[in-house]
Amino acid sequence: MKWTLKYGLWAYVSLYLIFLYMPALLLPIFALNDSRIVAFPLQGLTWRWFALLWETEALHDALRNSLIIASITAFMSTIFGLMAARASSRYAFPMRKGMAALVMIPLVLPEIIVGVSLLVVVMQFGFDLSLWTIILGHVLICTPFCVVVMSTAFNNFDRSLEEAAFDLGATRGATFRWVSLPLVLPGVIASLLISFTISLDEFIIAFFLAGVDVTLPVYIWGLLRFPARLPSVMALGTLLLAASLLLLISAEVIRRYGARRAGTSSNGHLF
Amino acid sequence: MGKEKLLKFVTTRQFIRTEQGRGLTLMGVPFIYAALLLAAPLTAVFALSFWSQDYLEIDRTFTLANYHEVWSQPIYRVLMARSLGVSTLVTLVTVTLAFPIAYFISFHIHPSKKLLWIFLITIPFWTSYLMRIFLWKVILGYNGVINGSLTRLGIIEEPLSFILYNFNAVVITLSHAWAPFAILPIFVSLEKIDRSLLEAATDLGDGPVRRFLCITLPLALPGIVAACLIVFIPTVGDYVTPRLVGGPDGLMIANIIEVQFKRANNPPLGAALAVSAMAIVALASLLFVRLNRKYLRSNSS
Repeated sequence: MKWTLKYGLWAYVSLYLIFLYMPALLLPIFALNDSRIVAFPLQGLTWRWFALLWETEALHDALRNSLIIASITAFMSTIFGLMAARASSRYAFPMRKGMAALVMIPLVLPEIIVGVSLLVVVMQFGFDLSLWTIILGHVLICTPFCVVVMSTAFNNFDRSLEEAAFDLGATRGATFRWVSLPLVLPGVIASLLISFTISLDEFIIAFFLAGVDVTLPVYIWGLLRFPARLPSVMALGTLLLAASLLLLISAEVIRRYGARRAGTSSNGHLF
Repeated sequence: MGKEKLLKFVTTRQFIRTEQGRGLTLMGVPFIYAALLLAAPLTAVFALSFWSQDYLEIDRTFTLANYHEVWSQPIYRVLMARSLGVSTLVTLVTVTLAFPIAYFISFHIHPSKKLLWIFLITIPFWTSYLMRIFLWKVILGYNGVINGSLTRLGIIEEPLSFILYNFNAVVITLSHAWAPFAILPIFVSLEKIDRSLLEAATDLGDGPVRRFLCITLPLALPGIVAACLIVFIPTVGDYVTPRLVGGPDGLMIANIIEVQFKRANNPPLGAALAVSAMAIVALASLLFVRLNRKYLRSNSS
């Protein structure tokens, strides 16, 4: 009975993993497939879809826009995350929970609502849609994730270190700069990377708030309607997957390094 | 006057230096950002839903016409019902499929390998969201992965048509897209269970089934509830999946909201649709949480 249960569970987990990995595994397969049609049977090996990516100007513009948006978003939302996490883990003040709740709300709001509501405001005031309108929306949805990451960082560190610096005569600013910040730095980097990745992949808000300059997902959305362009979309997807994996692995490595330095164990956290 | 101002300035500075003041200032910045860019725009959407579109201008006289249209026109009711149906089914499927995985990682994997397994679960989700959804179209298509292999193996003669461009395709695709969001909260709640409780139950003569039903499942309930909400709320408003794999009979409420704001140029109606959808989702979520609390209370007494 116990053995069948165990083997049953293993079989189920294997099937489930196949289900989870199916789309991701197809991506490189079709990116290297020598056929204009994204379907089976496979035709042969080619690199020309990757080569085509180098020649597409519109794609480069979209990628540049996305990178600009993601960098500014990562910077702003990490600062907001740092402030909110520091405030709620270190200080007691009236309305703390209520204020934190508003900052966290985008986590439980369908993204289309965020996109629509910002679009309404932009239309009412007659602002032009630009990269900045997208950034405003992205900071809103990335901040909650940064708050979560930064809260873990702040909760993990030993506050007596700060008190010791204080007792030894360091000012508040110096304590933060030389004691607190280095200790939560891995959290800061993880938060930067996570918000960068979320912004880079976000579609619906960018779709609503993009003007003439589009982001990479909005550009890909346009391509999905042209079957002839699909193989190069697959090549692009393969590159994006590789890039986000690289980013995530580095985030995890940095987090572990930080956890070791702060002297706490690292089990049980994903980031 | 000048002295008063100076005094005010000094007391403000003193307040900022207190513990409370420091906390408020720090939290104040992200709070004001969220208030300006979330609370205010949501209020604007709410106001807009009571106005009407008069060709290019917005007529700001109060009207309930938009809500009347949203709640009486069959098309909107059908889309709203389908959105709720899709997300309820997706929630059910995703959470049911996710539980054994979370259980497996928490109870059958050595602690030092758990993080690796969590990574293994999340890796496929760091591809572009759009492409993941699009690839399901390739998998489920008429000459796609499933139909292609089944035909070649001689299991089926004709391609299966019930898996693309309909309700089923949307449910399958969304169940995949939200899998890690269901696995992670359940895993966290299973990890928190004190293993000595299970040992105590074994010592007292409980079998594995009874142990699971009386200890593991009730203690994992908060994680299951969180997983349900995390999957249910965003899927109601999903735009991409119905557009890519839903076909004409798989469209959902987000698609029609987008049409009202863009092509149909009727933002007030779109706003009324958005407000109605939000209200229904909030109500459904509250009801779910309330029912769950009631169940827990009746169980503990």
